[in-house]
This record gives sequence, structure tokens and C-alpha cells, in this order.
Amino acid sequence: MNSNNQTFEQSMVRLEQIVRAMEKGDVELEESLRMFQEGTELIRRCGKLLDEAELQVKKIMTSPDGSPVEEDFSDEQ
Amino acid sequence: MQQQILSITQINEYIRSQMDEDRLLNQLAVRGEISNYKMYPSGHHYFTLKDENAALKCVMFKTSAVRLRFRPENGMKVIAMGRITVYPRDGAFQLYCSAMTVDGVGDLYAAFEQLKAKLAAQGLFDPAHKKPLPAYPGTIGIITSSAGAAIHDMLRILNKRYPLTQVRLLPVRVQGAEAPGEIAAAIRYANHYRLADLLIVGRGGGSIEDLWAFNDERVAYAIYDSQIPIISAVGHEPDVTISDYVADLRAATPSNAAELAVPDQAALLQSMDSAASAMAGALSRQLRSARQRLEVLSHSSSLASPTGYLEQRQKNLEHLKTRLIAVQTQQLQRRKQRFIGCTAKLDAMSPLKVLTRGYSIVNQDDGTILRSVTQTEPGREVRVTLSDGSLRAVVSEIKENAL
Repeated sequence: MNSNNQTFEQSMVRLEQIVRAMEKGDVELEESLRMFQEGTELIRRCGKLLDEAELQVKKIMTSPDGSPVEEDFSDEQ
Repeated sequence: MQQQILSITQINEYIRSQMDEDRLLNQLAVRGEISNYKMYPSGHHYFTLKDENAALKCVMFKTSAVRLRFRPENGMKVIAMGRITVYPRDGAFQLYCSAMTVDGVGDLYAAFEQLKAKLAAQGLFDPAHKKPLPAYPGTIGIITSSAGAAIHDMLRILNKRYPLTQVRLLPVRVQGAEAPGEIAAAIRYANHYRLADLLIVGRGGGSIEDLWAFNDERVAYAIYDSQIPIISAVGHEPDVTISDYVADLRAATPSNAAELAVPDQAALLQSMDSAASAMAGALSRQLRSARQRLEVLSHSSSLASPTGYLEQRQKNLEHLKTRLIAVQTQQLQRRKQRFIGCTAKLDAMSPLKVLTRGYSIVNQDDGTILRSVTQTEPGREVRVTLSDGSLRAVVSEIKENAL
């Protein structure tokens, strides 16, 4: 439904896993290096997602058959 | 009978003790209009309650006055709760007021308490029923008025804290007779079409009547039935509505709801920073310990000289190579000999070789080789193959060897 948010959440969860595994210290050096690279890339990507994000606001209206329709909503204040 | 003569102190104390024993006077609620209202710097409030025919002096001490939900004014109709007793110094009785509500709202208050008790008994406020909120809501449904400060404040805060989320506003009336039905319907609609990961239901501050839609049982049941977690955000800090009790989380204000709904990107960036340094720290620790291990190993006797180690490896390699070649050559030789042996055997068995020595092969009509005189009879045609060709012949006589 909101892929950027999903990517963000998954990245944060993965990042936590990586940090936990690396801090526990029972991964091979080569694997550690790979994880470090992956983690750094995740951080970069998440930062970029936040930087570029802008809140999307839609107003939900009901169509004649009862299903929801999205309309643009501008906050007038 | 001798009339007993009392001092003023005695009689005032007597009146006080009489009044203090009276159950009604000890706890009563009285309806009236405020006049002569004064608030002293001490924080105590003094006023008179009156109706068309009578007046009653009242005092409200600071400890009770701070709990007032409105600012008392002259002419205001109120219901004051408290006890009546006499103040011996002045010989005047007064109402020591412990609580006061605006008259008319008193009915609302009673209705609120009744509904609250009923819903509590039905388990609508049960903490076990409360759902956890998503950590990173992808879509937030906001059920409130599309005009007004509440939506504006929420959008501003959501955008500042976590712009990755998406907002779906379900506009409803938030006060008036239609409001409770619309709010409840919007909650159920959002659930039916799974419009959000999280709902915020609320409105900005107002009078107790303004907030009343959120004390409606239709709204309460809709919140309770919601599969989507709900944050209730009604009015200002001290206002507590039924919705607040039923919701999965109560926010003091709409702005506060927006803060509770999403993570703060400032904090997220900070935790990413600390993740980065945690990773770097872990990696450098690991590298350091690997280097130390290497150090220990390189000091061991066999590896004291790195070139010696390499030379040794080189020699081993050479030796292996020679052996490999020897084995291969040997195998090749053996195969070759076996091949030669096989061809000689094949050659010896070749029928052509036999034919050149004067033998011949006799086939019957159907091509089978004639191995015995019993397989044919006189008059049958046969084919005789010799080393340089074949000929047709007819069997004229058969003679069995008498061995």
C-alpha cells in the first residue's frame, strides 16, 4: 500500500538484526564485512527515503456503490 | 426550671455539633445562581448562591477549587456539592463547597458516569483487549472534521516527524446530534475497507457539550470492535471521554495523537547513527582480534620466516606435481597396453581371418549359419561365403559323421 514505508520498516528491522549479530560477535570476519556493507547501505537508503518523503494526504469519499474513493486534500490553514 | 445561660462560644459550638450530626447537611448538592463571587489571593473562592427567595453563603477552598472544570462567574447557574456547617467566629453557617458543575451539564455528568460504569462492566475498557500500535504505520486514517485546527495540527506534526506515512482523512462532524453516528460509521467503514494501519479519532478542545459525541456508546462500541488500532484524541489535556477509555491509546490532544502515532525521524536518524557506530565498533573489534590471532600465529616456529613458509609450500607443490605426472604417465601406459591386447584379440577372432585359412561359412535361406547337417536336407539351397566372395549351392546329399 505504501512501498516506501514498507521498505523503510524492513530496512530498520534488518539493520537491527545486523547490529545485534555483529555485536554478539559470533559471525565470521568475512560475513561481518558483508554485513557492515549491507548495514551502511541500508542506513544510506533509509536516510534518503526520509529526506525525499513528503506527507501524502488524501480525503476518503464514498462512491455510489459504497466503496471508498480518494480525493486530494489540501490543508487550507 | 432554671434557664441555663450559655456563652456565645458554647451556643455556636452546640449549633455546629448539631449541624455536623445531620446527614443531609454533611453531604448535599444544591442548585443556585452565583453572586458576589470573589477569589482571594490565597486561592480560596467565596460566593453566594441564591434563588428567587433565598441566599446561601459558600466557600470553596483552594484544594477543591483547582479541580473546577470551568471558571465560575456571577449569574452562572451551578450545582454545588459539599457540607453545610457553622463558622463559630461569625455565627454564620455556610456551604463548604467541594465540587461544582455547571447546571444542566450536571445531567450530562450523571449520564457520563452511568455509561462509563455500564461499558466498564461489559469489558470495553479491558486492558487485555487493547491492541498494540504499529511501529511504522504506512497509512494513518484520521477521523475528524476536515476543517479546524485539529487536522491541521496533526498533519503538520506527522509531516515533521514521519513523512513516509500516508494520511487518509475520513471527514465527519465532530459535534451535534449527527456526530456520534458519523464517527462510529467512519470507524466501521475504515475497518470494512481496511483503509489504514492505524486510526486517530478525535477533535480539538471545546466545551463539555462540544465533546459529547465522544461520550456516545455507538462510538464506544465502534472503537471496541475495530480491528485497526485506535488512538483517541479529544479536546485538551484534562478532558477525558468514553472514547479515551475504550481506545487502544489515549492522547491528550490531537497534536499529541500525531506524536504517538509515528516514530520521530530525528530519533530514527539518531538510531541509524548509533547503528552505524555500533557496526563500525563491532567490526574494528573483530579486526583487532583477528590481527592479534595472526600475530600469535606468525610468531610460532614453523612460520617464523614467511619466506621459509613459502619455500616449503613451493617444494611441496613441486613434489605433488611430479607425482601427479608420474601417476598419469603410468596410467596412460597401462591403458595403451590394454588397448593393444584388445585389438590383437579382436583381430584373431575376426571371421575374415578364418576364411583366408580355407574355411567357409554356410548360410541357410533365412540367413542362419548352418552348424549341423541336421539343420538342412537334400535339395535345399544354401549360400557359401568364402574369403573373396560367395556362391549359391544345392545340398545333394547328407552324410552324418559317425563319430
